[in-house]
Amino acid sequence: MVLASFKRGLTRTRNRISHALRKLGGDTSTQVTLETLEELLYTADVGPLAESLLIEAESKLQSGDIGSPSDIPAWLQNSLREILPDSNPSPIRFAEIGPTVLLVVGVNGSGKTTSVAKLVRWLQEQGRRPLIAAADTFRAAAVEQLCIWSERLGVECVRGSDTSDPAAVAHDACARLLSSDADVLVIDTAGRLHTQKNLMSELEKIARIIKRQIPDAPHETLLVMDATTGQNAIQQARRFGESTPLSGVILSKLDGTAKGGAVLGISRELGVPVKFIGLGEQVDDFEVFNSEEFLEALLEPQSVE
Amino acid sequence: MLENLTQSFGRVLDRFRGPGKLSPEEIQAALRDVRRALLEADVHFKVAKEFTNRVAEKLEGEAKLGRGIQGSQQAIHTFHQELSRLMHSKEASLPANPGHPMVLLLAGLQGAGKTTTAAKLALWLRKRKNSKVLLAACDLQRPAAVDQLVTLGKQLDLPVYSETPGPGVTPEGVAQRALEQAKTQRYDAVILDSAGRLHIDDELMGEIQAVSKAASPDATYLVLDSMTGQDAVESAQRFNDTLELYGLILTKMDGDARGGAALSVREISGKPISFLGTGEKPGDLEEFDSDRLAGRILDMGDIVGLVEGAQDALQEEQETKDYSKMMEGKLTMADLLDQFRMLKKMGSMKKVLGMMPGMGKMSGLLDSMDDRQFSRIEAIVLSMTPKERLHPELLDGSRRKRIARGCGQEVSAVNQLLRSFQDMQKQMKSMGKMMKSGRSKKRLLQQFGRPGSMPNFPGAPKGR
Ligand SMILES: Nc1nc2c(ncn2[C@@H]2O[C@H](COP(=O)(O)OP(=O)(O)OP(=O)(O)O)[C@@H](O)[C@H]2O)c(=O)[nH]1
Ligand SMILES: [Mg+2]
Repeated sequence: MVLASFKRGLTRTRNRISHALRKLGGDTSTQVTLETLEELLYTADVGPLAESLLIEAESKLQSGDIGSPSDIPAWLQNSLREILPDSNPSPIRFAEIGPTVLLVVGVNGSGKTTSVAKLVRWLQEQGRRPLIAAADTFRAAAVEQLCIWSERLGVECVRGSDTSDPAAVAHDACARLLSSDADVLVIDTAGRLHTQKNLMSELEKIARIIKRQIPDAPHETLLVMDATTGQNAIQQARRFGESTPLSGVILSKLDGTAKGGAVLGISRELGVPVKFIGLGEQVDDFEVFNSEEFLEALLEPQSVE
Repeated sequence: MLENLTQSFGRVLDRFRGPGKLSPEEIQAALRDVRRALLEADVHFKVAKEFTNRVAEKLEGEAKLGRGIQGSQQAIHTFHQELSRLMHSKEASLPANPGHPMVLLLAGLQGAGKTTTAAKLALWLRKRKNSKVLLAACDLQRPAAVDQLVTLGKQLDLPVYSETPGPGVTPEGVAQRALEQAKTQRYDAVILDSAGRLHIDDELMGEIQAVSKAASPDATYLVLDSMTGQDAVESAQRFNDTLELYGLILTKMDGDARGGAALSVREISGKPISFLGTGEKPGDLEEFDSDRLAGRILDMGDIVGLVEGAQDALQEEQETKDYSKMMEGKLTMADLLDQFRMLKKMGSMKKVLGMMPGMGKMSGLLDSMDDRQFSRIEAIVLSMTPKERLHPELLDGSRRKRIARGCGQEVSAVNQLLRSFQDMQKQMKSMGKMMKSGRSKKRLLQQFGRPGSMPNFPGAPKGR
């Protein structure tokens, strides 16, 4: 199975330098080293950041800060680690007193609803008692989709009527959160493109309504980003962050061949960390983000030709 | 659409406009910048590399032939040639000789937008081709995917063939039975929605292959998210190997992604872009028109200028200036384009027109003109040189032919635009005179709002 092999891949690459970098270790030609790294970084969707890193590497080589071309890969890996830290110690900031609210946002089809289900499973494993809000009142059968997951997970799902306003659903869900014994609310929202102003202000409104009942909520606003996203990723994160400040990214669909390198730009430019990764369509295909594993996989050359 | 991409090239190339020769260093710098623009637009690394290599080779070849590098114009010309080659395709968006019913299969990665696109495409076929279309819900994987298509069908009054997912119900079975129903009930077309899948998931790729074998579609489209990065090439190739794609449908084009991935897929797989999804509404599907794009690319540098021009036009001061010029009958093609662009930019055309003196007469015209037709006019004007835009009277037969070639349209379309333009110029002039002679604006607008006073633009439906 795809997923299993990816997970095997992750552990296999752990603590060892990847194939390409190892190969480069013996290569002293600066030009070849830089070109190989360039291709690796760009095809992983790292984008313009790749160029600035490679320029930096070259000048460090000239100034002697990097001893020889064969040291470049190690230097690069360190630089990337600095840009993309682990989420420490817990990926989720829970409310100190009272219940916690997590808001899940993203563009259409990025994997929000599935990620909500995965997040709920993770919370259950952490010993929490989650509650779900189906605030995608726009897309056909979106509520049904989430409710199927909530049944499978055995958690309550707050849903509005067919025509309800998403903010009203969020409001009802907060009220339910305060009156039930649930301690975390996860809100699924409709997919929206960051270029649609009215839909972005709808998100603002949802956040505002939540605050009325729970002033320090949402405790986390998580952007679900498809790992296949290219350079538009940063623009997505920027615009979503402008309407509801983002606390983290859930990087979905890493079980494909895309490397998800665009999150490096998001972390560097906007300071928004990656908190979880999605590795498949089932609720267990979900892991807390680990920077080292992620970068190992990122710098692994394309497995398929 | 794809405007962002062409604009970023335009900006790069603009630096090299102007007289004089380019030094080899300058050429190198231009190549680097173009490559960067391509990569930032999500064009695949290898495609970008080949592109710049090809341009470099061409330029070197010219130099070797002893002609020398004749400066910026030539470099830009070479870039343009290669770019239009990259973006051009002649294939029709629908298969040429489909069976009855015509069978279309949609495939793609998870979350690409297949289900929404299936409904949009059905609506499009019903509207544009007057077809009786059956949708088939073959995504039995994602929770409530069948529900989603059934709900969309109800909303749009489109029939959907569906079965309740369960043991023994397979996507190929559903496809087969949908097809049978379509045959007995005399449908013109069947659109098969399928589950999202990863190209490296052998099991699921086998499943869709079985659907394809069972339904033998006339065309299989890969539905591709326009925000996709470098991986697009990888997944598209795998889908193409398994299913033999007919074309691509690019979704979420209402975002601000530059869409370079789609160009790379086109370049590497040779499959054309067939349709574009441009919004969440069921009507937001367009046929892709590569001529239009190529026409634009041919004069990219000026796009930047025109966009800026349109922005200027938004300023009150500029507006009044334009009007006084127009009233004297000195309307130029460039003005016309600016006005259109400005209006397009400002969204609700009719409302805006109501607020603007002298533009009332155009509201009817704009009413009957959608963005597509506007873009045809735009492509024609963009194929003119700046000088021609200011002096349309220069446009003789051979110039008109060149323009038609440049924008990929018939000479007759160019002629028609020019005729309409002259009509409009006359009207503006007489309007200006009347204004001077003190007649009330209201009567003026009445006069120009009269049916029949509307110039006919190419592509604008007649008799409205
Ligand atoms: N392979 C893979 N597929 C995923 C992953 N996460 C989600 N998906 C699939 O992606 C598709 C879209 O996921 P959804 O969760 O419905 O996405 P969404 O963002 O809620 O979509 P909208 O609400 O329509 O905007 C579904 O087919 C999911 O099964 C992942 O990590 N890996
Ligand atoms: Mg959803």
